[in-house]
Amino acid sequence: MCRTDRVPTAGILWLALVVIMFVARSIAADHKDLIHDVSYDFHGRRMATCSSDQSVKVWDRSENGEWHCTASWKTHSGSVWRVTWAHPEFGQVLASCSFDRTAAVWEEIVGESNDKQRGLSHWIKRTTLVDSRTSVTDVKFAPKHMGLMLTTCSADGVVRIYEAPDVMNLSQWSLQHEISCKLSCSCISWNPSSSRAHPPMFAVGSDDSNVTYGGKVQIYEYNENTRKYAKAETLMTVTDAVHDIAFAPNLGRSFHVLAIATKDVRIFKLVPMRSDRKESTSTGPTKLEVQIVAQFDNHNSQVWRVSWNITSTLLASSGDDGCVRLWKANYMDNWKCTGILKGDGSPLTSSSGQPTAMSTIVGSSVQTSQNALNGMSAGRYFFPPLDPPRAGTRYGHLLPPSSLIEHCDAEPIQPQQALPYRLSSRALLPLPEAEGQ
Amino acid sequence: MEELDVEPAITNIPAASDGKHLGFAWGPGDILAYETLYMAPGMCAKGSGCSFIHEVRKDEDIYSPILRKLFNESHHIFVGLQTIREDLPSKNKKTQFVSISKNYRSVIRACMEELQQVAASVLVLQVSILLAIELIWNLCEVLFIDAAPAGPLLLHLLDWVRLHKGDVDEKAREVLQSESPAEHHDYWDVVVSYVLQGRFEEARQMLVKQATLQPAARNMYKLMDTLLSKMPFYNPGGTQTLTEFDVKWRHWHEEVDRCLQDNSFASNQHLEIICKILVGDEDTLLEHKELLSTWYHFLVTRLLFCHPTVKPTELHYYAQSCMTMFLDLRSVPEPLDSILLAAFEFDIHQVIKDCSIALNNWWFVAHLTDLLDHCKLLQSHNLHFGSNLREFLLLEYASGLFTHHSLWQLAVDYFDNCPEFGHVYLELQIERVPLDTERKALKVLRICEQRQMSEQVRSICKIMAMRALRNNRLGSALSWSIRAKDAAFATLISERFLQDYCARGTFSDLDLIDNLGPAMLLSDRLTFLVKYREFHKLYEENRFSEAAKLLLSLITAKIAPRSFWMTLLTDALPLLEQKEVSHSAHCALHCGFGHDLCFSGRVQLGEAELKDNSGTK
Repeated sequence: MCRTDRVPTAGILWLALVVIMFVARSIAADHKDLIHDVSYDFHGRRMATCSSDQSVKVWDRSENGEWHCTASWKTHSGSVWRVTWAHPEFGQVLASCSFDRTAAVWEEIVGESNDKQRGLSHWIKRTTLVDSRTSVTDVKFAPKHMGLMLTTCSADGVVRIYEAPDVMNLSQWSLQHEISCKLSCSCISWNPSSSRAHPPMFAVGSDDSNVTYGGKVQIYEYNENTRKYAKAETLMTVTDAVHDIAFAPNLGRSFHVLAIATKDVRIFKLVPMRSDRKESTSTGPTKLEVQIVAQFDNHNSQVWRVSWNITSTLLASSGDDGCVRLWKANYMDNWKCTGILKGDGSPLTSSSGQPTAMSTIVGSSVQTSQNALNGMSAGRYFFPPLDPPRAGTRYGHLLPPSSLIEHCDAEPIQPQQALPYRLSSRALLPLPEAEGQ
Repeated sequence: MEELDVEPAITNIPAASDGKHLGFAWGPGDILAYETLYMAPGMCAKGSGCSFIHEVRKDEDIYSPILRKLFNESHHIFVGLQTIREDLPSKNKKTQFVSISKNYRSVIRACMEELQQVAASVLVLQVSILLAIELIWNLCEVLFIDAAPAGPLLLHLLDWVRLHKGDVDEKAREVLQSESPAEHHDYWDVVVSYVLQGRFEEARQMLVKQATLQPAARNMYKLMDTLLSKMPFYNPGGTQTLTEFDVKWRHWHEEVDRCLQDNSFASNQHLEIICKILVGDEDTLLEHKELLSTWYHFLVTRLLFCHPTVKPTELHYYAQSCMTMFLDLRSVPEPLDSILLAAFEFDIHQVIKDCSIALNNWWFVAHLTDLLDHCKLLQSHNLHFGSNLREFLLLEYASGLFTHHSLWQLAVDYFDNCPEFGHVYLELQIERVPLDTERKALKVLRICEQRQMSEQVRSICKIMAMRALRNNRLGSALSWSIRAKDAAFATLISERFLQDYCARGTFSDLDLIDNLGPAMLLSDRLTFLVKYREFHKLYEENRFSEAAKLLLSLITAKIAPRSFWMTLLTDALPLLEQKEVSHSAHCALHCGFGHDLCFSGRVQLGEAELKDNSGTK
């Protein structure tokens, strides 16, 4: 190999491109159906999982790094798509959204000391947000500097922004904004920048697959004067269905970085045009210059999730190739795949007895929690039983079996169908409410 | 233009591979991955219940307990390096930089030794990585930091090879400890190895043992001894110029060559070989690949016997040819070979790049690059990106440290020394540090306060206040919210205090409330709480007149919560009956009720109650 005539490589230098990883441990999640979302809390000590089995589970990491399920409860009467944590400034608060057309807010209650000893925690429903007429596809808390605000988006194309004016009373949420995006919405992301130079901004993606409907990512910005959100930009180049969207942490920059999961992974830079702002009337939204930074089609087909790490040095994406890919920029802002997580075709199974001692521990802790919860249902707080509805029980013959719910998903939801369903579901399923609410 | 020389590493997850998707979630130091199935709207998914979540980690080095020492001690060296003053004369600075470089290496060595003692098989890889790191670092120190000129350069390279080819000494010890060293089967290997490393003193001592066994060949051994002892080495501290040395060396070389030509050693193949080595015969050298073991040992030996005054700029030529000659059978050079070759070519960026790819270890590249940057070596290569490269690597390394439950504190200093993004990285990372205990929260808080990170300070206090309130520790909640300067929350907690008082008739956390000082002005309700508590204190101390005045001012200032009016009125009752309470205060209290409270029906009711009460009393 001859290197003597090599030109200096600094300009195209790539660094630490290989992120070597290993599976540190596997946790038996024990959901009875597909897991749709897993979400870490702000400090990375807890996680929440949600599933088509209509339940949410909360897990706590112990001193030695192992995960223990400390709560598991039925949250919705349909598949739970997403679960997300509020900032710990607001306490221990979760939000979930579901195919059952609702989003819900849950708060952990500091329980009796003997519950703590048994490693259990109590979550109670603070509110059910029922404004959507269709499946609620995403739920996100707004950046904490805006207060306690929750955003949902739904298949009916509406983004709703709720606010809890009193952070000590999470049963009161007022619908502050209802923004019609015209297209079925699949995902939302808030711009995390807390800079005064940046008004509140979110991006919403649509998974409508009709490319003739134009851009599938819309950027909305809050206007101080009108006190409304106005569309600042539509990313016209993104015409295919968008499944996920994620703003990167701002890092004190003047521009914003947005990752999009569509038929490929795309990274955009949104540069606010400051000079325009002065010229135009003060009511207009900031003009954004949209630049594409990177575009990768390594997933071969649809990309379903994108997400940044804390400092936005790594972007992860999940796609139809069954892989999670990690993307990294070098210090020249060139992006490249640096790591791949890939299923090896040998899934662990709970039934085969393969799980190690650890998962048995987890399994047994769940067992205790179930028993405890069932016993608790008549107690101070209402906890729905975790067991799937059985024939003959009160819920068993009233709730549509989950398979039926999934089936509904296959048909286009008509508004006239939606309403009776919503009414009946609410009439049949008593929503768990906190005592004294 | 883009290099596509690195394939991303694939991590296998025990999950289904076809038809399924892998979901994921970012954690602070890991990624959670799980099997799932994403669907377009209108599609139907049927899942299975056998769901596992896999915790996938990177930066595994961070979690090695022995490497923790490396991180801790190199942190001190790093901090020391940052304080080296810019205005020092460059000569002094160079000495300092070399000594810092040596400190870094000695930390690596210490770690390596510790690892070797543990000697568990799993650590073999780690030891070999550290070995490689130290080898590369040492070469970089010689070539870049010390930047030895022709003459001393070779001496440094010899030291470098000797340090990393320690198995000679081990073998020599074995030979010398045997009953008859000169007859030991490794005897000649040791002698030749010494010669190859230019360790002639030791070689001569070994040869004496052989000479005594062969009296017949005494003259031959004597001749070899003379040749070895006469070989000139450049003395950097001496007065001799490089040219003078070169002349002397050539003279010696000719003498050796003459011995070879007139077959002085023809009767002893071992001495003949040594003599051939001394004249730098390439074929003979290459016949001893096993003893040389690496192409860079071959390089240094070849330089020693052929080009002892090699200039730094000529190195790459010899390195290239030595590597090609030495590795003829192996087609592809190992990453370590390429890294060392790049170093010999003085291509610092290539060294850093190849290291970061090959080692999967930020520690090395971050610290080495930082040191090279301080030596002003990166700018000369690429003016524009030099300092960014340093910062980029330091940020990566420090971010890795932040995922560790105790090492994160080291990372703070690294971020502090990254002028461009260090501060914002620290902001993003430090707010994620779990605030397990009050003590840890205070530690994190202090770091934020020292750096005027007001938003993080506020947020930490707010989180702690909320947590305390959720656990019904009102005192702690109050002091955290005062620290956060969170008026709304202080109001809320004050209200809780008042509610508790109404319910139980006593105050909790008296120490805190009595000693708030000006902090009570944070919110009206908090002021009221403190003043109301003051009223109770005065009353308890039987200072009724002052108590009445205070109560009056509380009533007239309208800072009492509505729900608390009744309590205030009840409190006023006994005072109205007190004789010590001055007439004016007495009147005022009555008036107070009249003027300020009468507008509310509820209060009128209260007044009626008051009358009833006074009646009964």
